[in-house]
Amino acid sequence: MHPRLELRNISKRYPGVLANDDVSLAIQPGEIHAVLGENGAGKSTLMKIIYGAAQADSGEIYCDGNLITAHNPAMSRALGIEMVYQHFALFESVSVVENIALSASSAFNLPSLAEKIRELSLRYGMPIDPYRQVHDLSVGERQRVEIVRCLLQAPKLLILDEPTSVLTPQAVAKLFDTLRQLAAEGCSIVYISHKLDEVQELCDTATVLRNGKVTGIARPKETTSLELARMMVGSKLPEMHVSPAAPSEKPVLEVRKLSAKARDHFGVDLSDVSFNVHGGEIVGLAGVSGNGQAELIALLSGERRHAQADAIKIDGISAATLRPDERRQLGLAFVPEERLGRGAVPSHTLWENAVLTAHRFGTVRKGLVDRRRAAAFAANIIDRFKVKANGPGATAQSLSGGNLQKFIVGREIALAPKLLLVSQPTWGVDVGASAFIRQTIIDLSRAGTAVFIVSEELDELFEICDRLLVICQGRVSPPLVRTSTDREEIGLLMTGRTMGKDQMGSSSVALQD
Amino acid sequence: MRIAAPVVACVLTLIFGSLFFASLGHDPLPTLYAFFVEPLSSLNGLSEWLLKASPLILIACGLAVGFRANVWNIGAEGQFTMGAIAASGVGLFWPNPESALLLPLMLLAGMAAGMAWAAIPAFLRSRMNTNEILVTLMMTYIATLFLSYLVHGPWRDPAGFNYPQTALLPAAAMFQSFDPAYRLNPSIFITAVAVLLMWLFTDRSFLGYKMSVSGAAPLAARYAGFRESAAVWIGLLAGGAAAGIAGMAEAAGPLGQLSPQISPGYGFAAIIVAFIGRLNAFGIVLSGLLMSLLFLGGEGVQMTLALPSALTRIFQGILLFFLLAADFFIFYRIRLVRPAKDAHALETAR
Ligand SMILES: Nc1ncnc2c1ncn2[C@@H]1O[C@H](COP(=O)(O)OP(=O)(O)OP(=O)(O)O)[C@@H](O)[C@H]1O
Ligand SMILES: [Mg+2]
Repeated sequence: MHPRLELRNISKRYPGVLANDDVSLAIQPGEIHAVLGENGAGKSTLMKIIYGAAQADSGEIYCDGNLITAHNPAMSRALGIEMVYQHFALFESVSVVENIALSASSAFNLPSLAEKIRELSLRYGMPIDPYRQVHDLSVGERQRVEIVRCLLQAPKLLILDEPTSVLTPQAVAKLFDTLRQLAAEGCSIVYISHKLDEVQELCDTATVLRNGKVTGIARPKETTSLELARMMVGSKLPEMHVSPAAPSEKPVLEVRKLSAKARDHFGVDLSDVSFNVHGGEIVGLAGVSGNGQAELIALLSGERRHAQADAIKIDGISAATLRPDERRQLGLAFVPEERLGRGAVPSHTLWENAVLTAHRFGTVRKGLVDRRRAAAFAANIIDRFKVKANGPGATAQSLSGGNLQKFIVGREIALAPKLLLVSQPTWGVDVGASAFIRQTIIDLSRAGTAVFIVSEELDELFEICDRLLVICQGRVSPPLVRTSTDREEIGLLMTGRTMGKDQMGSSSVALQD
Repeated sequence: MRIAAPVVACVLTLIFGSLFFASLGHDPLPTLYAFFVEPLSSLNGLSEWLLKASPLILIACGLAVGFRANVWNIGAEGQFTMGAIAASGVGLFWPNPESALLLPLMLLAGMAAGMAWAAIPAFLRSRMNTNEILVTLMMTYIATLFLSYLVHGPWRDPAGFNYPQTALLPAAAMFQSFDPAYRLNPSIFITAVAVLLMWLFTDRSFLGYKMSVSGAAPLAARYAGFRESAAVWIGLLAGGAAAGIAGMAEAAGPLGQLSPQISPGYGFAAIIVAFIGRLNAFGIVLSGLLMSLLFLGGEGVQMTLALPSALTRIFQGILLFFLLAADFFIFYRIRLVRPAKDAHALETAR
C-alpha cells in the first residue's frame, strides 16, 4: 500500500536562508504525524509546499503513490488535502459562512451551510456563529473557524499548523477526540505544535526539523518531552527561576468599576471590572477567548478610549481618556495578540517596526528617523531574543510566526516599561524561546515592572503569575493567589460557574496582603 | 518589481499607441517620432517641456504625501484653481503694483487658498467621516465654476473686448522668464525645493514614517497611537498647498492672467504622475517629465498631423491602465483553476 503522502528530497530557499533542506518523509493513511522544530526550522514552509501554497525549488511530492505536478491549493483540495494556516487565511470583510463557502469546491446553499457549521462546530466543542463578520473575531475564534472549515470538507489529509495555540484546554480535548476519530476513519493528519505534551498525547510519529533539515524521527508516546525538546533545540533547555514577588506599595495599574459597551452586538460588554496590578508582580487573566479580553485589552492599551478618566489609572494618573502614545509616555508597553498588522507592519522592515513604539528611545531625533540607531535597536533585539531573521532589514512578514513574536515581545521589553501588558506572550514560540521569554518577563517584573498577562494557556499562567483573574462574559473575578488556587477552581470560573460566596471572599482577602 | 511595472506600462503604451496611430491611418513610426521626439528637438521645446513638467511634479509631490497614508485627494485641480484665483487676486488688487513683496505675497496667497480648499474635505473626513474622494472631487467643480463666475463677472477686464478673462497681471506680479524668447521661469526652483522636501518628509522624517504606517497598516498605527486624523489633515493639506502654489505659478508665469481655462488638467494628470512615480520623490520627477511630454506631443501632432486633441487624454488613460494592470500581474498571479473532476481523473488514471 502506498503512503498517503510522501515527500522526497524537498528543498526550498528564501533570500538568506535555506528553509527546507533535502526533506523526505512519509505519512501512512490514518497516521497522526507531528512535525517538530524550533521557530524558523522550516515547518510552515514545508506545510505550504505540501498544500501547494508555495513551490519547492526541488523535490517530489507523492499523494497515494501519484506524483503531483503543477501543484496548487485548488489541486490539494481536489485531492482531499486541507490545511489550517498558522497565520489564518480568512477574508476579513465577510461572514464566517461566506468564508467557508468561498473555499468549498462544490455548489453550496448558504443557509444550509450555516446550519451545518453551527451544528458541527458545537459538536466539536468550538462553537461559532456562522453569521458573524470575521473582522470582529478574536484570534481564538478565527482559529475555530479555520478548523471547522477544514473538518467540513471531510479531508483525506489534514494539515494543522499550530491549531491549538489559542484554543482553550476544553476545546483542545474535544479537537483531539475529533482528530482521533478522523484518523480511525483513515484520514492522515500532519500536526505542528510547540506544545510537546499535546504531541505526546496525540501523535504516532514525529519528524524533527532543525535549520530546515530532518534531524530525527521519534515515537512521541515512547519518548519523554525532555528528549523531544533536546532533539529540537539541540541543547539543554534553560531552567526557570521564579523568585518570590515583592509588590510595590502603590499599584501601577488601577482599574476601577470599568464598564463598557461592546463595539458591536457580537462583542462582549464589560461590566464593573476592577483590579490592581502592583509593580513587581505578574497578574494573569485567564478565560475562554471571546469573553471580553479583546475589549479589556483595547481599553487598557488606549486603542479604545473611555469617557470616565479615572476608570483606568496608570502610575496614579487617570488614563482612560488618553491615547496609546500618551499612555506609553506614562510607562506603558503592550504586546497585542495579532502580531502581523497590529504589533508590526507586515511590509515594513524590522528596523522600521522598531521605530513603531521605540521612537522615544533615541531612534527619532529632531523629527527625523535615525536609521542607524533604529537598526542598532532592532539588531539588539534580534541578538538578545535570538530572532531568526535576515538582519534588521528583513521585512516583518518574512519572519516565521514565532520569530516575529519574539521580536515584538523583545521590542516592548526593551522599552523598559513600568507597566507591561501582554496578550498571548508565547503564542507560537518554541519551547526554548518560550522559557526564555517567560524568564525575561519574570526578571522584568522582579526589577519592579507591573506585568498584566492575558493568556488562554493555563499552564503558562500558573508558571509565571503571582495572582490570577478570571474573565467570563465580561465580568472579572476577584483575584486569586496562584499558590492557593488550582486549575479546577480557575476552570470553573472560566465557564461561569461561581463558587460558594465565602470561598471567594477568603481568596480575595488573601491577596490584599 | 515596483520599478518594473512603470517601465512595462510605458512600453505597452508605446506599442498600443503605434497600433492606435496605424488604425487612424498614420504610419506609426513617424507619428511616434512626431509625438515623442520632435517636441524635444528645439530649445523652445525643451523650455516648454520643463515648464509643463513643473506643476505636474509639484502637485504630484503634494498628493503623494497623502496617498502614502491612504488619503485620497482627487481634487488637486480645484485646489490648483483656487490657488490661481487667490494669487491673481493679490496681484491684481494689491495697492502698490510695483511692490517687490508682491510675488512672495501671491505665493503665500496661492498656497493658503489651496490649503483652505483642501481643509474642507479634511475637516469633514476627520469629524464626520465623509469620503474624501467624493468631497475633493465635488469641491473641484465648485472651484471651476467660481473661477468662471469671476472672469465672466466681477473680475472681467473692462478693456478686454468682453472676453472672459481678467486684466494682465502687473510685471512685479509675474515670474520673469530666464530668456525673453522662452517661457521657462524661476518657478521651477520651487518645484525642485518641493521635491527635496517631499523626499525628506517621506523618507527621513518621523511624521512621514507615521503616515506610511497609517497607510500600510491602520491597526498598527492605532496600536502605536498615531492619530488617524493627523494623517488625514497632513495628507490633504500637503496636496492642497502644492496644488495652490502650482496654480499661483501658472497664473504668474506663462498665463499672466485668469481665464476659464487656466489648467489643461494638471490636477488630474498629477494623480497619474504620482502613481507612475511610485509615490517616490525622484520617481515623480521622471514620471512628471514623461507626462509633460505627453501633453507636448499631443499638442504637436494636433498641429502637424491634424490628429484630435483628445489624444493626450487617451495616452494618459492608457498609461494609467497599463500601470494598474502591470501592478496587478506583478502582485497577483492568475491561475487557471481546473475543475475538481480533472484532478480526480488524474488521480485515478494512475
Ligand atoms: N516569504 C518569505 N520570505 C523570506 N523568508 C522566509 C519567508 N517565509 C519564511 N521565510 C524564512 O524561512 C525560514 C523558515 O520559516 P518557517 O515559517 O517555515 O518556520 P517555522 O518552522 O514554521 O517557524 P515557527 O515555529 O516560528 O512558525 C525562516 O528563517 C523564515 O525567516
Ligand atoms: Mg510556522
